Amino acid sequence: MKILIVDDSNIIRRAIEKYLHEFELECVGTAGDGESALVLFREYLPDIVTLDITMPRMDGLSCLEKIMQIKPDTRVLIISALKDAATGLQAVRKGARGFLAKPFTQQELKEEIMLCL
Amino acid sequence: MNEKEIMAFIKVITDYFHSVTGIDAKMGIPYVKDAATETMEFTAVIGISGSRRGGIYYTANRPLLEQIATHILGEGEYDDATVYDLVGEMTNVIAGNLRESFGSSFLISVPIIMKGKLEDITVRLKPPVFIIPIEWDGHRSHLAIGLE
Repeated sequence: MKILIVDDSNIIRRAIEKYLHEFELECVGTAGDGESALVLFREYLPDIVTLDITMPRMDGLSCLEKIMQIKPDTRVLIISALKDAATGLQAVRKGARGFLAKPFTQQELKEEIMLCL
Repeated sequence: MNEKEIMAFIKVITDYFHSVTGIDAKMGIPYVKDAATETMEFTAVIGISGSRRGGIYYTANRPLLEQIATHILGEGEYDDATVYDLVGEMTNVIAGNLRESFGSSFLISVPIIMKGKLEDITVRLKPPVFIIPIEWDGHRSHLAIGLE
């Protein structure tokens, strides 16, 4: 399965990639904003996307809407610092399969990804 | 800012350090920023809008940030770009987690990151600016809050 990692923090992108190393996932790319993510998404059509919300140029919720228009069966896991229930609900309504609040541990990420597989 | 709001900030900071590193951070007694309050080597500012107006900043020195990076990614050498990125991400997480207490209309900007001791960083922070001193694993840092 192909995965795309989207977060404006380089250290978080690296952490997600590292924490998911044991899963048989092919990381097709990483992006630091919603616009760059969409370019990669259209090119590789990944099965799974981890998606931050607060990002420059295009935020994660807008990016999520576009992803759902392009490939509605994409399994999107939102990974965001925005820890309020309304944001999580909004993401799920737009098509996200899961929501993981930052900061997260390796175990928490693995558990959320397993739910997406 | 009232006591309950300050406590919400303290809880978010405490939870951050515990969750990421497993080591508890100790908070000092909050005080109002004065002329003697200096920023440290790396600082990230986040603007707040919506239900509240103003901003927050988190400031720390390189050794603390390198140690946090080691907890996240493992042993390694961390360049300036990584340390910049980390101070921004830490500030983003603290600000974002506050929505649990302050509600969904507590809107946060992407972080602006600065290096070096800055004389006047209060541009986006609305006075009075409260400082929460943080001590974690022998390192000092602080969070500044300036909200209307």
